[in-house]
Amino acid sequence: MFFKLTPTTGHPLYLQLMQQIRHATESGALHDGDQLPGIRTLAEELVVSPNTVAKAYSELEHDGLLELRHGSGAFICVKRRTRSLADHVQGARRQLRDLIEHLREEGLLDEEIKRAFEAELLYPAEILRKR
Amino acid sequence: MTDTPVILTRNLTKSYGGFAAVQELNLSVGSNRITAFLGQNGAGKSTTIKMLLGMIRPSRGEGTVLGKRITDAEENRAMRRKVAYVAENKPLYNYMSVEQTIGFASSFYPDWRSDFATKLLNEYKLPPQRKVKALSKGMRTKLALLLAFARRPELLILDEPSEGLDPVGIEHLLQMLVAQAAEGVAIFFSSHQIAEVERVADHVCILDNGRLLVDASLDQLRQSYRRIDLVFASAPQEREFRITGVERIQTKGHQMSVFASGNAEAVIERARDLDAVSVEVAPVGLREIFLETVKEN
Repeated sequence: MFFKLTPTTGHPLYLQLMQQIRHATESGALHDGDQLPGIRTLAEELVVSPNTVAKAYSELEHDGLLELRHGSGAFICVKRRTRSLADHVQGARRQLRDLIEHLREEGLLDEEIKRAFEAELLYPAEILRKR
Repeated sequence: MTDTPVILTRNLTKSYGGFAAVQELNLSVGSNRITAFLGQNGAGKSTTIKMLLGMIRPSRGEGTVLGKRITDAEENRAMRRKVAYVAENKPLYNYMSVEQTIGFASSFYPDWRSDFATKLLNEYKLPPQRKVKALSKGMRTKLALLLAFARRPELLILDEPSEGLDPVGIEHLLQMLVAQAAEGVAIFFSSHQIAEVERVADHVCILDNGRLLVDASLDQLRQSYRRIDLVFASAPQEREFRITGVERIQTKGHQMSVFASGNAEAVIERARDLDAVSVEVAPVGLREIFLETVKEN
């Protein structure tokens, strides 16, 4: 499994790692029972603080996506719930594709669409709820 | 996870005549983490580190390292046995060979890991027979790091450890720091290499003109600092945006750029209330946070 953390995106590294592991299970790159590297091994590989990996793993364990067995590592557990999440993501991608197509037809450049997208994603959730 | 601070200072101050090199420093460095100590040249980083190690006497204030008072000679000696320190100028005996240096250092420390020292010697490609005075700057740094890493310390204090290292050497250094941290060693390192800090550090302290300006976790910084670029139909009023968290406002015609250390939501809401034509929120990297913070000061 390959992970790539970007220090400058404005998202904590542990969240990035969580998202990438979650995405890997949703896309089928990681399966139920697959083993992830130990905290130290992954930290050295990614050259990030061991706390970053430890926090991502413990949050994922809390979410039920990872099982931490003492001394033997971290194992993916994919329940039916996450499989339906995979369908969700598939659906979302279809919607996004339609939206992007629509925006292109309106004459927006890809770069503009990307910027708008990124800006919207950075909006704090509480403001979105108020809108 | 216990989190008693490995370094704790209260109003730690060092003045040279009328010049205050370090002013009223209140540091609390947690165990089980990698803390980066950032600052420009002359900000007071090395002075602080030397006070922590008992090499310079503070003018005022107090502090402890691993619970030992820094101004007490007896406690200081006990502390130094558990703390590995790599100084900025990497002082080593020029007349000794690499091998002799390692042998000499190992005799001081009961916890010395010979196998680990040998492993590092190979990884660093240090020539065992070469005299220290004939080593390049990078090799000198590597030797100093080897001596610190092989000691199994509780706390590792590094003053500009990446100085003189090439990109491969820096990468290896960072991996070593991560490995040490994974073994439970607390790490406190000063640097002005922001890119490396941004990757491995859990916590960042920014010192400028002897004062501590930022003391926060990197996660916290990543989540709270934002640059908000705004465009208005008519020239905007800066005073509308002087709210908590806003550190800096720049205006050019109808454009405004707001640098916020937090509270970005409030800035966005204010912009909407004032009918901004465009609102763009961008994350801010550590480099920009550092430069803006130092500029403000």
